[in-house]
Amino acid sequence: MTQYVILIYENERSYADASPQVWQTAMEAHGRFAGQVGEKGGKILGGEALQPTATATSIRGDVVTDGPFAETKEALGGFYLIEARDLDHALEIAKLCPAPYGGVEVRPVMDTSGG
Amino acid sequence: MTGDAVTGDAVTGDAVTADAVGAAVADAHRREWAFVLAATARVARDIDLAEECVQDAYVAALDAWSRRGIPRNPGAWLTTTARRRALDALRRDRTLRSKLPLLIEPHSPPAVTEPAGPGSGTGRGGGTQPAGWTGPGGATGSGGGTQPAGRTGPGGATGRGGESAAGAEDDVIPDDRLRLVFTCCHPALAREAQVALTLRLVCGLTTAEIAQAFLVPEPTMAARVTRAKKKISAARIAYRVPGAAELPDRLDAVLTVVHLLYTTGHTAPAGADLVRADLVDRAIGLARMIQALMPDEREVRGLLALLLLTDARRDTRADADGRLLLLEDQDRSRWDRAAIDEGTALVAGALRGGSPGRFALQAAIAALHAEAPSYRQTDWPQLLQLYRELLRAWPSPVVALNRAVVRAMVDGPQSALDEIAELELDGRLAGYRYLPAAKADLLRRLSRRTEAAQAYRAALELTDNAAERDFLTRRIAEVAPRG
Repeated sequence: MTQYVILIYENERSYADASPQVWQTAMEAHGRFAGQVGEKGGKILGGEALQPTATATSIRGDVVTDGPFAETKEALGGFYLIEARDLDHALEIAKLCPAPYGGVEVRPVMDTSGG
Repeated sequence: MTGDAVTGDAVTGDAVTADAVGAAVADAHRREWAFVLAATARVARDIDLAEECVQDAYVAALDAWSRRGIPRNPGAWLTTTARRRALDALRRDRTLRSKLPLLIEPHSPPAVTEPAGPGSGTGRGGGTQPAGWTGPGGATGSGGGTQPAGRTGPGGATGRGGESAAGAEDDVIPDDRLRLVFTCCHPALAREAQVALTLRLVCGLTTAEIAQAFLVPEPTMAARVTRAKKKISAARIAYRVPGAAELPDRLDAVLTVVHLLYTTGHTAPAGADLVRADLVDRAIGLARMIQALMPDEREVRGLLALLLLTDARRDTRADADGRLLLLEDQDRSRWDRAAIDEGTALVAGALRGGSPGRFALQAAIAALHAEAPSYRQTDWPQLLQLYRELLRAWPSPVVALNRAVVRAMVDGPQSALDEIAELELDGRLAGYRYLPAAKADLLRRLSRRTEAAQAYRAALELTDNAAERDFLTRRIAEVAPRG
């Protein structure tokens, strides 16, 4: 099995202006996703939702600035660390990952054990 | 067959001329490269190492075959030699094993009944299919293995390495060409990377040759190929034939790559020659290979038919001076009858059984043209019907443009111009040279000369192909208002 990270990029505004109902729906969708990963034969090793980029602080060298590293319309809003057999399997799982206001990026985790 | 392929099994005696050996090696390069590399990749578990070993095997063949004769089965000789080299390299250099190995799924592809393959290619995997190959669920034994962080290194080396070692000595070498093709055309790779990898790994072209074919600098092409190979191993794109559920989409990607190769050669995007025969021949060769490996796939049959039927007209697409001739003006008696017959027979099979796919429909269209005694006597209403079906199967603006051109033959140029006006508004064909060219031709037929000249000029600005430029320039001169 190989580890992949699913990075969720979404338009933050959609959530900032969202009703509690929208949040509720999103939470339920992620709850369902957790179940589906197992059914697909994969495994969620970890994952978090992030506070919006307005809360981000960037550091470049010694300079500390307010805001995210790069300003983009769709920002990193959360991630999952999963285990899958291969890329096809990881993509099959990632397709189920909720991201109604954007999309996801799948990246293999680098093995740094040096084996 | 016995296992002594390496030691000779030669058909020719000891007096083999250097020329004959050179020709045999070149021939084996053209015909067997994909088989040899595909089989070696499974043992090497690394594409670069596999390529290196296969190249070495071809070099070794030059020497060995001139001393011991040309083997009866050059493909088997080359595969065995390349696989041995790969195993030796792996034994010598343990660090190779610790690199991220190619992720190999153990099951065999569904159809391995290719008679042309070396070593009676039915494959020892024959027993496991067809039930086994569809189930990626059984993939636990593959490569990196079930234990994360691997006990014996990521190669999972002990188990499969041993089996592979024995495999190299086997008489029967599994035909892994489909794995290679599907890996090169994986949707996680950019289209241009898929094309480059297919030419490099399946056809065995050098990076310089690929760069030349696509008119990009060699370092650019080298970087493209390297990046794609790196992604295959780092992102763990499995070396396998996709399961039944994914197959239609994945196969479509493969056929798209082959078709793109063909069209790039059919009308070279730039340069003096209209056709790049090398690319066209490679594309047809690939289509033939895939058809032989997947004889039941109708779209594969459709693609091969389409290429054969289109290519049957190759020699008549330009006159003796290299000037472009339209379908209308081509000498039909010089069309390649054998190719047309083969293509037409394939079309029949591609259309049978359920609604046909886009390649089968395009082939049917090409067949109708090929069978028409003249341009005028072409069955235009039937063609229009086929284009309607094609547009349903493949809603592409290019198909809509072609349908408009055919409609002009049924309902007159004005109705086609109306359709083209809509396509212009749509915007997806902006920069597509055949849109203004088609429009210009319709305007010409309506004797709207000034507008026609304007549209021909717009088309001229969009092509760098010398034959096409010459054609458009002549048309502009014809329609330009005399004065």
